[in-house]
Amino acid sequence: MLAIACIKQVPDTTQVKIDPATNTLVREGIPFIVNPYDTHALEESLRVKDRFGFRAVALSMGPPNAEAALRKALSMGTDDAILCSDRCFGGADTLATSNVLSAAIKKIAEEAGDEVGIVFCGKQTIDGDTAQVGPGIASRLGFRQLTLVDKILSLDMEKRTIRVSRKLEGRHEIVEAPLPVMLTVVRELNRPRYPTVPMRLTAVDASVKVWNNEVLKLDVNTIGLKGSPTWVSRIFSPERDKGEIIGDGANDPQGTAALLIDKLLSKDLLAL
Amino acid sequence: MTEPKKLKKPRGKARLIEGKCIACGARCQSACPVDAIEMSDAGEPIVLSDKCIGCVKCVKVCPAEAIEMFFTPEELKILEELAEQQAAGAAPVVDEEDAEEAALAKMLAAYRGVWVFVEQTEGEPATVSWELMGVGAQLAKEINTELCAIVIGHGVEHLCREAFSYGATKAYLMDQEVFRFYRTEPYLDACCHLIDKYKPEIILMGATGMGRDLAGAVATRVKTGLTADCTGLDVDDKRNLRQTRPAFGGNIMATIMCDKFRPQMATVRPHVMPMSEKKDGAAGEIVREQIALNEADILTKVIEIIRDTKVGIDIAGAEFIVSGGRGMMGPENFAMLQELADELGGVVGASRSAVDAGWMPHDRQVGQTGKTVRPKIYIACGISGAIQHLVGMQDSDVVIAINRDKDAPIFEVATYGIVGDLFQIVPAITNRLRELKASRNKG
Repeated sequence: MLAIACIKQVPDTTQVKIDPATNTLVREGIPFIVNPYDTHALEESLRVKDRFGFRAVALSMGPPNAEAALRKALSMGTDDAILCSDRCFGGADTLATSNVLSAAIKKIAEEAGDEVGIVFCGKQTIDGDTAQVGPGIASRLGFRQLTLVDKILSLDMEKRTIRVSRKLEGRHEIVEAPLPVMLTVVRELNRPRYPTVPMRLTAVDASVKVWNNEVLKLDVNTIGLKGSPTWVSRIFSPERDKGEIIGDGANDPQGTAALLIDKLLSKDLLAL
Repeated sequence: MTEPKKLKKPRGKARLIEGKCIACGARCQSACPVDAIEMSDAGEPIVLSDKCIGCVKCVKVCPAEAIEMFFTPEELKILEELAEQQAAGAAPVVDEEDAEEAALAKMLAAYRGVWVFVEQTEGEPATVSWELMGVGAQLAKEINTELCAIVIGHGVEHLCREAFSYGATKAYLMDQEVFRFYRTEPYLDACCHLIDKYKPEIILMGATGMGRDLAGAVATRVKTGLTADCTGLDVDDKRNLRQTRPAFGGNIMATIMCDKFRPQMATVRPHVMPMSEKKDGAAGEIVREQIALNEADILTKVIEIIRDTKVGIDIAGAEFIVSGGRGMMGPENFAMLQELADELGGVVGASRSAVDAGWMPHDRQVGQTGKTVRPKIYIACGISGAIQHLVGMQDSDVVIAINRDKDAPIFEVATYGIVGDLFQIVPAITNRLRELKASRNKG
C-alpha cells in the first residue's frame, strides 16, 4: 500500500519584505523551504511506512528547482520522489494544481502496481494560505477527505479504516473513514524527524523523477494558466492614513506613557 | 503618381520593465504561444525578442503590469502615421465579435443569485454565516439579485428563519437525518445538487475548518474557481465578483477574478466582515430539497464531537489586546505584556513571527492565518506590521503601536504611535495605570 505525501517548495514568507520606494516585493536572498505544514505530512507518511509497511512517496509540482524539496523528503526516508514539472503546469491556481497532483497520484499507483492508502497534505501552504489543494485532490480521486487532523487514533489494516481527531474551532471531532483517504494535517500531529547524515548523503545520489505532461497526458486546457478559473487582476499595497506619533518615546518613556493614558482617558476609552 | 504604400501596423516586442516583476509563478511564460519567454533563476521572465510575435498575451496576463510593448523608433513613426491617417477619417479598426464571447455571456447569464452557506454544528449556527449575510446583501443589491441562505442539516429549519432575520429572502433547506453531522461526502452532494438545479452566481462560505473543507471539495466538483480568506468583496460593472485577499504571505493585497466560470466562490474568515443587523420576524421563502442518500451510503462516521472544555483565551472576543511580535526578543518577555493586559482587563496576543518562534501558542496569533480581532484597544508591541498581521487587527477601534523603528508599517494603522524601546515604555504604561488606579481608590 502506498502513502503519498504532497509537498510544496515555498519562499520563506516571513522573510519577504516590501521595498517602500517602489512598492514591490524584495525577493533577493529569500530562502526556499519545504512548506512547514508539509513536513508534518511527510513525517506521518514515514510513520505509516515504519509501522505498517507502506511505501512512502513524496510528490510535488513546481519549477525544476523544487527538486530540492523532494531531496529533503528522500533524506528523511521517503522511498520515492516525484516532481511534476512542465511549463504548461505554470500559472496554476488550486483547481489546476489538484488536477496535476491527482493525475500523478493515479500514475504512481499504476507504476507501482499497488493501491494508494493515504494521501497526506499539509493543512495549507504559507505562501498561498488557501487550504484548497488537499480537498481538490480528494474530490478528484473520489477519496474520503479528513482535514485538519491533529491525531491518528488508529489505523486498522484489516478493516481498512482510519480513525482520527480533527481540530476545529472550539471543538475536536473524532471521525472514522475507510481507505483510501486524503488527510490534511496540522502541526500538533507529530514532530518531523531530522535527516541523519548518512541519509542526507544517500539522498544526494538518489534520483528525483521528473514528470512532464508527456507523462501525465492531461488536456492542456485543464492545467496551468489555461485550466485556472481564477486569476490575479490587480496587486497593490493598501494605502492607509498615517498614524499620529505621540511624545518622545525614546528619551522620555514615562512622559510618553502618561501622555498616552491622558489621551485615552480624554476619549473615554479607559475605565479606571 | 504612385500608389500610396499601405502601411502595416507594427506589433512590437514584449519586454520586462525592470523592478516590477513579482515572480507570480511564470504566468507570462505559460501565456506565450511561441515559447518566447524563459524564466531566470529569480523567477523573472527573459523575453527572446527574435521569437516574440507581439501578440500581447504576456502583457495582458501579468498581474503586476511588469511587461510592456517595445517599439523601435521606425515602428513608432509608422504608428504615428497610422494614427494620423485614422484621425483624417480612415475607418477605425473594428474588434472582431467573438462567437466564443457570446456563448460565454449566455452561460454566465444562466447563473443568478448570491448564496451564503449557513454553517452549523448540532443545530448551532456559526456567527460567521451571519457576518457573510451583510456583505452578501450588499453584493445582491449591487447586481440586482436575491440573497439566499443554504441550510443543510437535521432539524435545522429554525436556521432558515434566523437567516431571514439577517437579510436573506430565500433559504434552500436540505433537512435529512444523513446531514446530522457534517461529513464532506453528503454535504458535497447536497451543495452540488442545489448548484446544478438553481445555478447561483456567487457562493460565500466562512473560512472555518468546515467551510474550507466543503468549499474546496465543491469548487473542484463543479470545476470553478475558489478564492480563500477574502478581506474585501465587491462587483465590477460586468457583475463579476472582485475578491481581494492578502497574497505572497500577506505582504501585499491581490484582487482575484473568476469571470469566465460560475459560480464564483469565496471564503471569508470570521470577524472580517461586520455583523449584519438583525431584524427579528423578517420573512422569506423556504425551498425544500431532498437527495436520495442514506446513512448506509456514507462510510465516514463522526464518532464523537468533543467541545474544548479548557476555556482557552479567546482573543477574538477580547476588548483589550496587548500583542507582541519579533521585537519581544524572547518568550520570557511576554510576562511584561501580560501585566499590562491584566491591568487593562484584556489578553495577550502575538504576531505570526512570535508564534512561529514558539514564544506564544497558535491560539494567540492575530492575523490572516491566526485570528481576526476587533477590540476596543489594540496595543502592538515590537510588531513591525506585515499586511498579514494588519488585516487581522486593523478594524480595532484604537490601535497603539510601540516600536523602535519609526518607519515600521504598523505606524500607518496606528491611532497613536510611540517610537522607542518597548522594554521601557510598556512598564511605564503599566505603572502609570497602577498609579492612577491607586490614587482614585484613595480619593
